[in-house]
Formats: sequence, structure tokens, C-alpha cells
Amino acid sequence: MAELVTVKDLVDNTRLSVAYGEKYLDRLITTSDISRPGLELTGYFNYYPAKRIQLLGITETSFAKGMASDDLYDVMKKMCQPETPAFVISTQLDPPEELLEAAEGEHIPVLCSKLTTSRVLSNMTNYLEAKLAERMSIHGELVDIYGLGVLITGDSGVGKSETALELIKRGHRLIADDRVEVYQQDEQTLIGQAPRILRHLLEIRGIGIIDAMNLFGAGAVRSDTRVDLIVHLSNWSRDTPFDRLGNDNETQRFFDVDVPKIKIPVKIGRNLAVLIEAAAMNFRARSMGYDATKVFDDNLKSLIKENSIRDSKEQSRKKEIESANQRAIHNPADDKDK
Amino acid sequence: MEQRQFKIIAETGIHARPATLLVQSASKYSSDINLEYDGKKVNLKSIMGVMSLGVGQNAEIKISADGDDESAALDDIAATLKKEGLSD
Repeated sequence: MAELVTVKDLVDNTRLSVAYGEKYLDRLITTSDISRPGLELTGYFNYYPAKRIQLLGITETSFAKGMASDDLYDVMKKMCQPETPAFVISTQLDPPEELLEAAEGEHIPVLCSKLTTSRVLSNMTNYLEAKLAERMSIHGELVDIYGLGVLITGDSGVGKSETALELIKRGHRLIADDRVEVYQQDEQTLIGQAPRILRHLLEIRGIGIIDAMNLFGAGAVRSDTRVDLIVHLSNWSRDTPFDRLGNDNETQRFFDVDVPKIKIPVKIGRNLAVLIEAAAMNFRARSMGYDATKVFDDNLKSLIKENSIRDSKEQSRKKEIESANQRAIHNPADDKDK
Repeated sequence: MEQRQFKIIAETGIHARPATLLVQSASKYSSDINLEYDGKKVNLKSIMGVMSLGVGQNAEIKISADGDDESAALDDIAATLKKEGLSD
């Protein structure tokens, strides 16, 4: 489920100023796509994306200046549809009078920015995509460990919250406890954050709700992070095989992003925080190019090769001696002849 | 205590993957299980121990098990060795 975004949210978060329509900032924005009306100014309204934010830059405003006032008003009127959230004028330009008049009729705010069209466009797109992206709720903890976003999942009661608490004590940062909201930012990036109501909070059995920011300080929390790694805690059992060498390369898919996943078996008395910390560091080392498993594997292969050659030499030497002995036994006559 | 000898025929020897499988088979049993190669003896339930020997092709290894389920353990390990093409 995506969040609701109003024009006011956009104004506050992308530093826009309001040229008209302060009262109408509660209009909803339903799409992160942004329209740049060009052909519409010439009167071509087929496929006009009315529900998008309409962004006008230098080209559009200068073209509008060259139009007859009545024509321009008609065109602007057509652009002001009930579902149109707002107009944005970039590069510190003055909005055309005709636009302000038409917008007044439909109660649509007209916003201004000091930035160039492409900057405004990318700022608004980034903000809206993050806000309007489809969200998924995951049961688990999200902790920033050495700058790596680690999502800790596992069966209920396995000790996720306690582990998160221990990680905070060790200097890492909590993003979310119990419920993590994730959304896809781009092709390879998954972002996780806490639902607003749960921000900075942890629920520990037997203690209740604690506020990590209040108890451990501002350095103990973060508002959001990329999800780089999933650590899944599962109850240890003799029969389930676990990855012993770290070469399983398992992933879990959220939306279109495959996130690397490791599984850690949990037994009472295990220090999970230390394990997860080591897992995060190892993952980090690996993404920086040092893979301990691979280095070991290469060393092992050369040791095996050395040993194979030595063993086969030894065996052929043994065989030679044996056959020499046998020859001596079978042909005692040879000795006599000499 | 029961023990058996095997000759490794696989060209790649007991490298990481088969070592993991052997350790997995051994770990299912409560018996103490050891692998002996080149005069060195390691616990067959310890993956780093098994790999540290660097058992290659032509190696002659001895696997011994001691405990209630020793025969079953050795049967299972022998089957794993065969299945992985490590021994005949």
C-alpha cells in the first residue's frame, strides 16, 4: 500500500513556493509521472495526462507569451481538469496570468521553483516515486550495521528484537523493529523504513516498549536505509543442513530486487548480535572484493593437487617395489644363472 | 569401533562441496567419527578439519566410527562417497 501524498507534501519536500492556491494544497497527487505540456499549448489535447503534475519551463512560458490571450486562456482552461493536482513553473519564471485565472476556476494551486526545469523534474520525481511506490510490510528488524542495511527475519520468538537491542548497544542503528516497510527505489535498490507510528521504538518481551532514541541517543536510530542483506534466524535442528562455507548465494525477492540472504541457525545461548555483525562485515568484505571462501577454496584446490601427485607417485613406487619383489620370487632361476 | 578403508578416485579430491556433504552425513549420527589420511586424524563432523587435510585423488583414507550407530553411520558415509564419485 502506498502513502497518500498531497500537494503540500510536495511543496514542503521539494522547496517550491506557492504562487496561487495556498488554500488548495490538500489536493492529492496520485502518480509520480510528471507532464510537460507542449503540444497541448497548440491545442492538441488527445492523450493529455490530466492527473499528472503539469510542469512548465522556459520553452512553454515563452511560447505562451506569443499566444493571443483568449486562445491561451482557453488552452489553460482545458489543462485545468478536476484531477489535475498542480501546476509548477520552473526557473523563477512568472506564471502566465491566463493560467492563474484558469487555475482559480478549478481550485488548482500554481507553484514556482527557482531551479531549472530538469532539476525540478528530477527532484519531484524522486520524491514522488519514493512516496508513491508500492509498499510491502515485512515482519522483522531493520538495522544499519557498519553502513549496511541488514534485515533480520525469523520465526516469532526466536529473539529478533533482543538481537536488535544488542546491536544498538554495540553502536549500530535501528531503523525499524517488528514491522519494516519496504519499497523499491530503482532497479537494484530496496529501501526500508519504519511505519511512522513505530519509529525508534522497540518492543522487548518482559520490558515493554522502549524508545531507542530516548535511551541510546540520536546516534542509535536512522529513518531509512537500503536493504543490502537479509539475515534469517531459524531454530537449529540436527536435520536441516546449513551453509557451512558461505557459498550458497541465496537471495530473496522483493518487488524486482533480489536481496542476498543468509540463514543462521539459532541455539539458546548463542550470541546472535556478534554473529550478525560478523555476517555483515563478511558480506561487506565480499562486496569490496575479498571473498574468504573463494580464497580458501583456491588454496584447498592447490593442496589437493599437490597431495594427489604425491600419493600417485608413492603408489607407483610401491607397485614397482612389489613387482620387483615378485619377479625375484617367481624367477629364482635368474639368480642361479648369474 | 568399526572402521573402513576407501580409495579416493575423484580427480578433484575431497574439495569444498563433497566435504560439506560428508560432514552433513556424519553429523546425523551420534557416534564419534574420524577420518584418517596421511597419518593425520580429524573429526569427520568438522568441515574445516576435513578440508584441512587436502585429500586428493589416489588418497587412501580410513574412516572410523565409534558409538551406538557406528555401522549405520559408516554405511551412510560410504554411500555418500560413492554417490559423489569419490570412491568405488
